[in-house]
Amino acid sequence: MISSSTPTPASPAVPAFEMRNVPVTALRDASIVVLEQVNWTVEVGDFWAVAGLLRSGKSDLMALAAGISRPARGVHHLFGQELIAGYEYERLALRLRIGLVFDGGQLLNHLTLEENIALPLLYHRGVTPEISARLAALMELTGLEPWASSLPSAVNRNWQQRIGLARALALKPEILLLDNPLTGLDPRDAGWWLEIVDSLAAGHPIMDGKPLTLVVTGDDLRPWRQRARQFAVLRNQQFIPLGQRDHLDGHSEPLLRELLSLEARSLPRPTQT
Amino acid sequence: MRTGIVVPPEESDTAFFWKGSLARGYFRFFGRLLVRFILSVHGIGAFALITFGVMLSKIGVATAVVRPLTLLQIARSGLRLLPLASFLALALGLIVIGQTVSVLSRVGANDLLGTIMVATVVRELGPLLTALLVLCRAGTATVVELGTARATGEVEALEVLGIDPIHYFVVPRVIGMAVGIFALTVYLIIGALLSGYLWAFLQDVPLSPGDYFSQMAAALTGLDFVLLGAKSIAFGCGIAVVMCYHGLAQPLSLGEVSRATVRAVSQSIVLCVLIEMFFIIVYLLAG
Repeated sequence: MISSSTPTPASPAVPAFEMRNVPVTALRDASIVVLEQVNWTVEVGDFWAVAGLLRSGKSDLMALAAGISRPARGVHHLFGQELIAGYEYERLALRLRIGLVFDGGQLLNHLTLEENIALPLLYHRGVTPEISARLAALMELTGLEPWASSLPSAVNRNWQQRIGLARALALKPEILLLDNPLTGLDPRDAGWWLEIVDSLAAGHPIMDGKPLTLVVTGDDLRPWRQRARQFAVLRNQQFIPLGQRDHLDGHSEPLLRELLSLEARSLPRPTQT
Repeated sequence: MRTGIVVPPEESDTAFFWKGSLARGYFRFFGRLLVRFILSVHGIGAFALITFGVMLSKIGVATAVVRPLTLLQIARSGLRLLPLASFLALALGLIVIGQTVSVLSRVGANDLLGTIMVATVVRELGPLLTALLVLCRAGTATVVELGTARATGEVEALEVLGIDPIHYFVVPRVIGMAVGIFALTVYLIIGALLSGYLWAFLQDVPLSPGDYFSQMAAALTGLDFVLLGAKSIAFGCGIAVVMCYHGLAQPLSLGEVSRATVRAVSQSIVLCVLIEMFFIIVYLLAG
């Protein structure tokens, strides 16, 4: 049973985020343009899968969407407002409505796994009575409780990424961007991620049952084929939206065939929680 | 016109060897040094302004996170250096007294010992040595830590969480280093003055402790205390800003961290000397 089979909610007036004629530059070097002219609208409650080969600019696109880098020109609106404008503190509330799970987690190496998850809560909310319950729930979500007081270097990259997910969910964002969540995972870990993404799209208890607007990227579209509702590929420095799931069959995009045509791996079908 | 993939050129540490020749001309060599120096001053100045802006605008923000970090930094650049500073104080007393006693007893001016200790240790050597000590121990660690954090994407991770990296990484270090250097300077000076008397006593200088300390009390003025505090705090802020700038300001790869550390240390030493010179001028004008 796939949660994403429910139709996209009737689109409200304001999209979750919207990019108009935005060039995407490399995060490490703003002089390198990785994608030209991205035009992309993500409605509230949508589930997008953006695929591209290595070095096609997936991570840079996610970084720009999350507001880490500033678009050189064009419009990038989050819930109808400009994310990077004016003073930082004016945009803080808006910024916290979008979360990003980095490829590999990108945890703070000097904090333990639990402290990494607690960081956004402590920074923005301070020490509150609810914090320990929220922290325990998030730690339980990752299934890594025995390692709660270990440093990130003690666990492998995949588990660091799980902590990255819990950290991104800590402040209950409305949009969640997942950058390459399935890269380099064994089937069991991949199953864990697919299951959690499904339930986040449908409304997970950790988010008070509220469905999230999701964007995942990857170099393989097959796991997302039956999950995401909207698709796009990155090719030749272009962002190419493919439309909804039923438009994929027989789509003329050459890269799509490549991304879907490999021998199907035996990924376990996750069971709906 | 764009031509496909653009790979920015990079130079390895051993590039000079493969190129087979040193700088092509002295003008070009010094010109490059000068341009790099001006760019550094510009970058560090802007970074310092941003840091102090953030420090002032975020007083009382997120104290649950920033206060423990600040205490940690005070411990790292102050408290944990106390044993080394005590050792240095012992040595400093010996160096100054050992040299001056042999000169002063030749001219029979042993009653100047206290005055000389104030002029050298309190006004100049104490703060400068402490600053260099903290620079070596805590400053280098700062560049490596922040450079690594930058290279592994921790800065971006903080930004996504709505946490200002300057507030999280730099502000605690600037406060920690300023407080640490100030406190260590005080300890180092007290230690050096005491050990100075110890060495004078061991060299059979006919000087009672009361005389020694009253000579020093007579030589000290209120201005000394003000300048001492201002100077050690300036050292702390200056070193911390330079170190954090080199660790954080540019996106580094892991291989560049060691080069950034070397640059940061040499620029910090230059900055310390400039601060020292500034305060000598202030002292001469005010005194």
